[in-house]
Amino acid sequence: MLDATPSTHSAREALRINPAKTCQPIGAMYAALGIHGCMPHSHGSQGCCAYHRSHLTRHHKEPVMATTSSFTEGASVFGGLANMTQALNNIFTIYNPEIVAVHTTCLSEVIGDDIPMMIRKAYDEKIIPEGKVVIHANTPSFVGSHITGFAGMVTSMVKHLPSRAGEKHGKVNIIPGFVDPSDMRELKRLAREMGVPAVMFPDTSDVLDLPQTGKYVMYPHGGVTLADMKTVSHSLGTIALGGFTSTPAALELESQYGVPATLLELPIGLGTTDLFIDALHKVGGVPVADSVAWERGRLLDVMTDMHQYFYGKRVAVAGDPDHVISLVQMLLELEMRPVYVITGSSAPRFEARVQQLLEGRVPEAVVKQNADLFDMHQWIKEAPVDLIVGNSYCKHIGRAENIPTVRFGFPILDRMGHRLFPTVGYMGAMRLIEKMLDAMLDKKDRECPEEFFELVQ
Amino acid sequence: MSDSEATATVDISPEELREEMLAIYPPKTKRKRQKQILVNDPDAIPEIAANTRTIPGIITQRGCTYAGCRGVVMGPIYDLLQIVHGPIGCGFYAWMSRRNLARPKPGLPNYMQYSMSTDMMEEQIVFGGEKKLRQAILEAYEIFKPKAIAILATCPVGLIGDDIHQVAREMKDKLGINVVAFSCEGYKGVSQSAGHHIANNEVFKNMIGLDDTPDQGEFTMNILGEYNIGGDAWEIDALLKKCGITLTATLSGDVNYSQVCRAHTAQLNTVMCHRSINYIAGMMEKKYGIPWFKVNFLGADSTAKSLRKIAQYFDNKGLTERVEAVIAEEQAKLKPVRDEVTARCKGKRAALFVGGSRAHHYQDLFADIGVEVVSAGYEFAHRDDYEGRHVLPTIKVDADSRNIEELHVEPDPARYNPRKTPEQMEALKSQGFTFEDYEGMMKQMKKRTLVIDDISHHEMEKLIEAYKPDIICSGIKDKFVVEKMGVPCKQLHSYDYSGPYAAFTGAANFYKEIDRMLNTGVWKLITPPWEKPS
Repeated sequence: MLDATPSTHSAREALRINPAKTCQPIGAMYAALGIHGCMPHSHGSQGCCAYHRSHLTRHHKEPVMATTSSFTEGASVFGGLANMTQALNNIFTIYNPEIVAVHTTCLSEVIGDDIPMMIRKAYDEKIIPEGKVVIHANTPSFVGSHITGFAGMVTSMVKHLPSRAGEKHGKVNIIPGFVDPSDMRELKRLAREMGVPAVMFPDTSDVLDLPQTGKYVMYPHGGVTLADMKTVSHSLGTIALGGFTSTPAALELESQYGVPATLLELPIGLGTTDLFIDALHKVGGVPVADSVAWERGRLLDVMTDMHQYFYGKRVAVAGDPDHVISLVQMLLELEMRPVYVITGSSAPRFEARVQQLLEGRVPEAVVKQNADLFDMHQWIKEAPVDLIVGNSYCKHIGRAENIPTVRFGFPILDRMGHRLFPTVGYMGAMRLIEKMLDAMLDKKDRECPEEFFELVQ
Repeated sequence: MSDSEATATVDISPEELREEMLAIYPPKTKRKRQKQILVNDPDAIPEIAANTRTIPGIITQRGCTYAGCRGVVMGPIYDLLQIVHGPIGCGFYAWMSRRNLARPKPGLPNYMQYSMSTDMMEEQIVFGGEKKLRQAILEAYEIFKPKAIAILATCPVGLIGDDIHQVAREMKDKLGINVVAFSCEGYKGVSQSAGHHIANNEVFKNMIGLDDTPDQGEFTMNILGEYNIGGDAWEIDALLKKCGITLTATLSGDVNYSQVCRAHTAQLNTVMCHRSINYIAGMMEKKYGIPWFKVNFLGADSTAKSLRKIAQYFDNKGLTERVEAVIAEEQAKLKPVRDEVTARCKGKRAALFVGGSRAHHYQDLFADIGVEVVSAGYEFAHRDDYEGRHVLPTIKVDADSRNIEELHVEPDPARYNPRKTPEQMEALKSQGFTFEDYEGMMKQMKKRTLVIDDISHHEMEKLIEAYKPDIICSGIKDKFVVEKMGVPCKQLHSYDYSGPYAAFTGAANFYKEIDRMLNTGVWKLITPPWEKPS
């Protein structure tokens, strides 16, 4: 397994090996799926759309619908206007969505397609039927990563969909970040538990975690509705979870409509969840529900009960910046040692934040943005770890070095729990703790001398 | 094999269903799609508008040229270090997402576990990416010391004018190893198919023929267009070994660079996936004098037929006897499971929409267990894959196909060596033996089955509503759409992470898997007790 990887790390300037990120459009597609009645549209070569749909399907094990402008060489030379116009005509005639969310690709960006002009023209020519909406986000693959693509589409939602007219209402906006449907469901549950009426966008719960009914529905009942999106400009406030994925949209809402933004990190682990609950309490103007406080207590109880198995354990973490920043805090709460912490995205703020968290606590830590799994593997070869936490691509390192590996983040292509059970909130933290402990104890149970094979732990 | 006189048993007429599928389309879309949805007649095969542009805005199964080149043909060459030149996504998505398994020979590296890319950023888009590509190649060489390097282009490369072939030449000189560039930008063709062709051209020009060391073995052959999904190639290899036949190279499944370079030393080329690799077969015949014919190792009866044809080609009494003995032994071993599964599956109905050969090959496996195919179509095949190679001269070369270079191939002055004398070829032909012989999918499908090229999501939904097939074979993007409708869906790109399905042992796996899918009780749990009539 990964036998060609040399055991000492060497710096590279040009060659990316085993990336810990992918390109912008898939993030934009995922965000668009969180709008009710939306058809995501990929403006470029059809391979992009095929790859993104395939990977999202592998992660969610659910239908992932999206259309493409299917560029051929002609469109690449003469521009994609004809393809876009024909695509919109076909999409509204055949698939009848409420809204189409267009994102670009490297191809359409390199040739300089003017998407707003194309959409305006389609409105003028009545290709977009009365009452239907088309929004867009520019997501060239040679800029940012899937994370900025997600943030871009969410920002596009708040740029295009809210209405200036209307009255203040008592709801709170929640921007959940690039998390799974199970996480979005959990965040909504916590808001409900607290008695805070919330509008979540995007919201892929009940879109990408559908029941088996024997009936296929192209636009499932989930997703933020256009009606709700119209009113997010008049909410009490916005709680934005994740500096990289959600902050830009929250700030846009604040500057455009004066909706106050509370900018938080993803609620993964105890402390970051505390801040989310505190924000619901303050922005929503409600007391913290006993049931939520009890959940917190149960999480803390697990942490104290099992502390000995986590204390001092060395961990390698790879993932998206918002996820990793919060996970590192959770690992520190358990008094583990996150010694290698990477993200594939280009995110200088990530390094600064993680270093700030680790300062004085894990001096040996290597923290790197714009890194890849090859880097991380080589560091692990130089000085091993007790646990790896990251997406499915980390499992090869885990096998190569015989290190327990817990799947976390995006994408998870080989296990199913992530779409059903959250990693956010107190419940999510309990689940992550269980998974990490199981992985480490399973290894111990497999490998320890028989006389130390314990019945009770 | 299907009985071409029979008519597919469906409740609604295929003509009506076709009309229903087309009814919703805007006029321009309808005009195009109606040429790609046909009611089959194996005795008077209608012309299908395959390998034409995908209509923008249609939910299609198709991918791009890069996917066909990098993912399909080049990906499985496990010790060829492959660098994707472009933004990160294309390298990321083609990383271990196909199930072309490999078991590298001792001492050889497995680069399939690695995704290498230039991770092109805005700076390269503006100022050009050649410098970064050169640097990436140097770094890859420094770290891995590979025998050969491939550079694969993604969409922006052609548009910004990077000359990857020039970079390949420079690096080849500098490093003293083979460096080959593939201009397989995603937009180059109407589907993956263009990428297969580009890969074929470069592999033929720059790899095949580099090493004249022949395999030891009385009977040597290649299998072209076999990708070792789920271990299929290993089943075929084991079966051929048992018969006394040596595989020089399988293009491209569990194959190393050196095997590819020696492929021209084999005595015979057999072709599994006609669509993706017939180009190399044809060019090897012209340059080296290696004849080719079509085989199919999917399906027990097809496997037996293919083995017999190979034996007939080699025309050796001992080999023929061994082949017959192996077929008898394997068929006898298979019979109990085949009979048992047939009893439970006979008369069930399947529809297959996948690939450029699989939607045809798997009909043979279904035929083995009495499952009827009511509709089928390819994702990216050409007219010859539907109608048979006899239509090749009549296929109109459109602007998209003209983009892909047709190599002009001459016999190699030193190495052209016809494997059979003209007399031997004539003798074989007089026995009804055919070379370069693909009859296509439609000839084998029943009259009035529905043939749908590049099926759209809308057409799939209509088909399921109307025909209510018992199983659909498709790919990952359709899998859960179909299953949400309560119909089991077998992925034929990835085999749903099972397999192998090739040869006799693989056939047993397939029968059992289809039996499981067709006869499972889980779909019957959909209605809760409170919704059941009392």
